[in-house]
Amino acid sequence: MALFPDAFDALLGLQQAMDSFRSSGWLTSGPSAGGAYPPMNMFRKGDDFVIIAEVPGIKKSDLEVQVKGNTIRLAGTKSVIYPEKAGLHRRERLAGRFDRAVTLPVEVDPEGVKAECRDGILALFLPRAERDKPKSIQVA
Amino acid sequence: MAPAQELTVRDKKELVSKEEKTVPGRHYIPYADIYETNDALCVVMEMPGVERTNLNVALENDVLRVDGQIDFSKYEGMEPVYTEYNIGHFTRSFVLSSKIDQERISAQLDDGVLTLTLPKAQEAQPRRISIG
Repeated sequence: MALFPDAFDALLGLQQAMDSFRSSGWLTSGPSAGGAYPPMNMFRKGDDFVIIAEVPGIKKSDLEVQVKGNTIRLAGTKSVIYPEKAGLHRRERLAGRFDRAVTLPVEVDPEGVKAECRDGILALFLPRAERDKPKSIQVA
Repeated sequence: MAPAQELTVRDKKELVSKEEKTVPGRHYIPYADIYETNDALCVVMEMPGVERTNLNVALENDVLRVDGQIDFSKYEGMEPVYTEYNIGHFTRSFVLSSKIDQERISAQLDDGVLTLTLPKAQEAQPRRISIG
């Protein structure tokens, strides 16, 4: 046994503790979560932002989207169901729950957010909040 | 059922093929589950973003080939600022045994998940033998 605890272990433990603290939800100042699923692509369309994520096999009712300020939280469960008495030959699809939050560089108007889920693709249309838009000033 | 696990992110597997493609764009291998029931073999594939009209399932020389095309026109006018995954068509093929009734193969697409049901041929189904 080592006299001194491993610095790397200590750091990892601290980081995990902080992550679970941050994602526990009892300290709810805003939506936050530590997961990395689902992977998403972010696009800019004029002033607005669009987030697109691949969520194959996830029903609309199993998806939860929250917006606060400039943070988007995406949570849900993905289930893979096999019929009873089925013999599995190959299993590549994963099932489980996910909880993820992303922070945008701009503030989002929560009332104007639209979410669409079609063919296993989730699209979030995030309009930039009016008060966050830059003002152009006419040069006299 | 076991408690739900946290989902992890996996990189998409890109298709490595001997033949070259004539259509532009990347091709990926969809994740697939294969299971067998008493009367059929089921292949379930994840093909997010593939519409019913852009899906092609073909059977030739005992090879079942699934081809799902992505409609890239939806991404027009959008400027990517942050990306975590690549977008591409999905292709995968399977060699079928003769035990499959190739006439009655059916396909269903829900939420980006394609389910192919391959019914077993009559002679391949289990038979209960009564003891006289």
